[in-house]
Amino acid sequence: MKKTVEIVDDLDTKTVYDELSDRSSGGICVFFGAVREFTDNEEVTALEFEAYKSMALKEMDKIADMAIAKWNLNKVVIKHAVGKKKVEEPVVIVGASSAHRSACFEACRFLIDTLKETVPIWKKEIFKNKSVWVSAHP
Amino acid sequence: MGVEMLFFGIAKDIVGVSQMEFSFNMENVGSVGDLKVQLMEQYPALSKLSSFALAVNGEYAQDDLILKSNDEVAVIPPVSGG
Repeated sequence: MKKTVEIVDDLDTKTVYDELSDRSSGGICVFFGAVREFTDNEEVTALEFEAYKSMALKEMDKIADMAIAKWNLNKVVIKHAVGKKKVEEPVVIVGASSAHRSACFEACRFLIDTLKETVPIWKKEIFKNKSVWVSAHP
Repeated sequence: MGVEMLFFGIAKDIVGVSQMEFSFNMENVGSVGDLKVQLMEQYPALSKLSSFALAVNGEYAQDDLILKSNDEVAVIPPVSGG
């Protein structure tokens, strides 16, 4: 299967090599997004993700198709977690495999940057005494 | 006419529910842009957001799109995945 596009409660970080491995690929590039402990010097206890799942999957699929067409990729992975995630837990995985490394490096950057711009998923930062929807207000 | 509205993220907090039937008078509301104005009048906190988009039947919609009865319309506040 060329594309793996998923929204899941818990991301399995161990399957991604097999999902991207391909006889025609000499390069595989993967980006993991994770929960960071501090935002602007404030301690984050968790992130909570919510998705408009049916639309998010469609948008992720479009991004995968654009990347495949632009960089002639052999395989693409885009996976996002939903629900409450603690510090160090993975929240997103994007990956690409291609004949040579430059294509998959560039594609990976495009996949995560575009996901952050267009895919209807929302992140709430949960601090000790408050919680904030990220980017909601100017 | 009525549409099925979905609210996510901060929009859900502002409106207080994640979904509702939303009815409007066709004389005042025909397009996505009209519905946005109507929503901002009803929920002024929506206009304080950095931006918000409407998706109709799972696709981002331009303001001039004309709504149909039973469309699924989602309020999409600024996305922040990843």
